[in-house]
Amino acid sequence: MAQIVINNLRKEFGSFTAVQSSSFTIEDGEFFMLLGPSGCGKTTTLRMIAGLELPTSGQILLDGQDVAQMRASARDIAFVFQMFALYPHMNVRKNISYPLVSQGMARKDVRERVEEVARILDIGNILDRPVGGLSSGDRQRVALGRAIVRQPKAFLMDEPLGALDAEFRERMAEELRALHDRMGATTVYVTHDQLEAMQMGDKIVVMNHGVVEQFGTPQNIYDWPATMFVADFIGSPPMNFLHFEGAVKPGTGSIRLNDVEVAVPVQAGEASGKLALGVRPEHVVIDDNSPVRGIVTATEYLGTTQIISVATQGGNLKVRAPSSRIVGVDSQVGLSFRQGALTIFDTKTGRAVLSEANREVLSHG
Amino acid sequence: MSSFSVTEPSKGQKWFAGIVVVVYALVTLMPLVWIIATGFKSPADAIAYPPKIVYEPTLEGYVNLFTTRTRMTPEALEEIGPPQTWYDRIVRRYDMVISGPSRYGERFLNSIIIGFGSTFLSIFLGTLAAYAFSRYRVPLKDDLMFFILSTRMMPPIAVAIPIFLMFRQLGLSDTHLGMILLYTAVNLSLSVWLLKGFIDEIPIEYEEAALIDGYTRFQAFYKVVLPQATTGIASTAIFCLIFSWNEYAFAVLLTSGTAQTAPPFIPTIIGVGKDWPAVAAGTTLFLVPVMVFTILLRKHLLRGITFGAVRK
Repeated sequence: MAQIVINNLRKEFGSFTAVQSSSFTIEDGEFFMLLGPSGCGKTTTLRMIAGLELPTSGQILLDGQDVAQMRASARDIAFVFQMFALYPHMNVRKNISYPLVSQGMARKDVRERVEEVARILDIGNILDRPVGGLSSGDRQRVALGRAIVRQPKAFLMDEPLGALDAEFRERMAEELRALHDRMGATTVYVTHDQLEAMQMGDKIVVMNHGVVEQFGTPQNIYDWPATMFVADFIGSPPMNFLHFEGAVKPGTGSIRLNDVEVAVPVQAGEASGKLALGVRPEHVVIDDNSPVRGIVTATEYLGTTQIISVATQGGNLKVRAPSSRIVGVDSQVGLSFRQGALTIFDTKTGRAVLSEANREVLSHG
Repeated sequence: MSSFSVTEPSKGQKWFAGIVVVVYALVTLMPLVWIIATGFKSPADAIAYPPKIVYEPTLEGYVNLFTTRTRMTPEALEEIGPPQTWYDRIVRRYDMVISGPSRYGERFLNSIIIGFGSTFLSIFLGTLAAYAFSRYRVPLKDDLMFFILSTRMMPPIAVAIPIFLMFRQLGLSDTHLGMILLYTAVNLSLSVWLLKGFIDEIPIEYEEAALIDGYTRFQAFYKVVLPQATTGIASTAIFCLIFSWNEYAFAVLLTSGTAQTAPPFIPTIIGVGKDWPAVAAGTTLFLVPVMVFTILLRKHLLRGITFGAVRK
């Protein structure tokens, strides 16, 4: 088990830069998510950690040793492919034992280890079956078995649940997380599904266009996004942006949102010009006494809560409210914002302005 | 499109399809049946008109194929005494005795050495080249692939004269090595193209999994890619073998003795007294190795071994 430090990692394919100077640290035993839309460089980053791509520059420290330019086979890292990549000409047992055979382990020990893994994954009954006829769930387990049998320093997983049906996915996600907790193995997991990342990860790196946008725990990333991209990518529905012209400087405690005063966390940074107030749907409250007004354009019933779409002067926003609150479409409502949960973004750079509230989260990353 | 029914074909359609298959089989198999039948006829039956469907089978053609014979005067025959073996008896009917083996065995062996040798070499080089073209960033890849294919854009015999002169200069004329190299050169374009197609279809994840499981690139190639490519290799090998096995023009031009293959040899049997049964016998036996080879590789030709291991 190992700590993985990514230091200024960069990968260029010809003139295209897939990953630009990424740096983050994966602690020993962490379940670490690489999250981003397709083409953001997350898979390339994972493949560089695995040794399937060699970085253009930068370091990958595996337990303090720089492995960036080392062969995949020399790194002692296991990889679970999205499409499983089970060797089709071998049965389940051979697939799982293959990494051990390559190390020249004695046959008896291989057998024992494979049986043990089969017990952990509950696939003892299919060990002698060919991989061709297996269900996708079993194939997933065999792929996991091939990874854990080696007891490697770290597991890398490239959207391992991507090929599964929705209902099965949920169960596999739980199993994966439980397996991780039992073995305490450092795991790096690539996904484009923000819910999956939030649900399973200890830490998340959000990437976009080859750049690390933010790195932190799911809750910190959700509550205090560092950029408008993260704010928009995480959360369903995503964070609302209310655009306004103005200026903030250290000590500012309120802004003027289209002539209405809105209290915000005390600012620690400086920005001016076109700004945006970011607020999560659950931090907007329907409050008829508030001077911020809007027209309800739609409501979406979600069981215990509902999503109310409201058109305001600063833009459209979505409000998460209890279902018990009855609002009519086309009616006018007042909106108030929970002061402590607001973030101001500079739309020129797309970055969040530091405040007393998000300072602790954003300054370390 | 009403003709493309998704339901079971009707009884009439099945019958129709059956009849088409039978007619096609008759048309293609007829010459083969004719040759095999002729091999067991006597020379007189072989040229009888109308052709004999029912005849007394004899191994005369096969005996003549494998032997050289000498006609003898009755006195000389009397001196030798009565024929000892069944094949002696057959030739004695024509007042002949067997004077030695014919060249057919040697020529047949030449065909085997050259045919299988060049097939092996085409597959060996073709697999490596196809793998490189499929997996590596080769500069000018498309141009190179086109160049390789372009060697097939004319009949190989078009370059017969330069090859003839080159072979004479290099001392490759009438040698096994020369013929193996020549057939390999002709087959290589086919094998590179076919095999590249097959290797392209093998998901690269298998090799990556093997690399991560602790194998070198070359180990990943022969332990993971090769088993997956057996289907492609088998069918390509059959194509290569059929070409080099049946090749006639270069064989006539470049071989005459030591390295002569069976195709240029078989017609020369005719010279010895219009011996059609011997020619037919030689042709029949000549078919056997390719048939056996194809049957042996048949199970690899069936697709489906990769089914389900990677979800597409």
